[in-house]
Amino acid sequence: MAVKTLIIDDQLISALEEETLLQAAQAAGIHIPTLCYLEGISEVGACRLCLVEIAGSSKLHPACVTKVAEGMSVRTQSDRLQKYRRLIIEMLFAEGNHICAVCVANGHCELQQLAMDLGMDHVTLEYQFPNRLVDLSHDRFGMDHNRCVLCTRCIRVCDELEGAHIWDMAGRGTRSQVITDLNQPWGTSPTCTSCGKCVAACPTGAIFHQGSTVGEMVHERTRIEFIVNARQNHQWQF
Amino acid sequence: MPRIKLATVWLGGCSGCHMSFLDLDEWLFELAEQVDLVYSPLMDAKVYPNEVDVVLVEGAIANQDHLTMIQTVRARSLFLVSFGDCAVTGNVTALRNPLGSTQPVLQRSYMDLSDHHSQMPTEQEIVPPLLDRVTPVHAVVAVDMWLPGCPPSADHIRAVLTPLLRGDIPHLEGYAIKFG
Repeated sequence: MAVKTLIIDDQLISALEEETLLQAAQAAGIHIPTLCYLEGISEVGACRLCLVEIAGSSKLHPACVTKVAEGMSVRTQSDRLQKYRRLIIEMLFAEGNHICAVCVANGHCELQQLAMDLGMDHVTLEYQFPNRLVDLSHDRFGMDHNRCVLCTRCIRVCDELEGAHIWDMAGRGTRSQVITDLNQPWGTSPTCTSCGKCVAACPTGAIFHQGSTVGEMVHERTRIEFIVNARQNHQWQF
Repeated sequence: MPRIKLATVWLGGCSGCHMSFLDLDEWLFELAEQVDLVYSPLMDAKVYPNEVDVVLVEGAIANQDHLTMIQTVRARSLFLVSFGDCAVTGNVTALRNPLGSTQPVLQRSYMDLSDHHSQMPTEQEIVPPLLDRVTPVHAVVAVDMWLPGCPPSADHIRAVLTPLLRGDIPHLEGYAIKFG
């Protein structure tokens, strides 16, 4: 395994050649904000929050899908990056209907936390107030499309860890939405195993346990972490 | 030092932000020594006065009266604080927006979801007409600072007022700008 040396935020870092900039930064204790990234499932670079600057390149690069390279010089914080990251979060808030005060995930939401971290005290863009649906047809879970940020974590965790692939993406642009099976009510899905990994993986309150009230739903990630550890390190002892 | 002229305004919100203001408890006595409260739902003043130094505006812009009022407030105030999630985002007050406009909202509230005696309100000029779309305050007038929260805690309200009493601009971060 070849080792690469590079510089992230003025720190000299060595990383394995197959590692991404995000993994190398995290290992060195350098925080890069993420939203669609979830450790243990594939990276898609969809949310663009982990964009970083690489010396010699005029464009910005998503750290979660950019491999380390010898001699690379990376900057994870700058006024330009801060501006874009805040704008991304503002766009997510303006695009959906995110009413934190009445959300099951209030206080346990990655979108809400990112807004705080990035200093978003208000949204400068015009709210779109889309008319989106809520699917409560499943016995145990619910899906509120108003709160969905289209990160696709549910799609990937269901496909890659559970092997069921009941979730997928349909539509284009502002009509994009996640669907279950052949775009049918979740409760009628013959392939859903009701394992709940999508509930754990969701960064917001979009996928939730039925019966949760405001601020009650904590994202329980231990089962996902257990499976990831079993797959990657072949350790499955309790 | 001259006393600051303070006002608080209640638009399309539940008054929870004002309840949280009252949660300042004994600090209200200290505040009362340093400000003249010139307009507020907590006092008896009918007309919004001129030359207000600081105003806390609770609530979204949801009807014609709010729209008229916020324009008066902006014209007569130096420093306008968007106070709480309804003022900052529209929040629960704006939950009706995906229905589209005023008529579907009235239809749903007074007809579709009515248990008995369904009837659309027809009397004119008793309650102000709804706007088709509820908006945050900053979508209508310029806002000088935002204090999110549903409601903002008394500590965060104090963190805004304390620097303003000294003539400084407050800076909020972390949990002080948490939505919800």
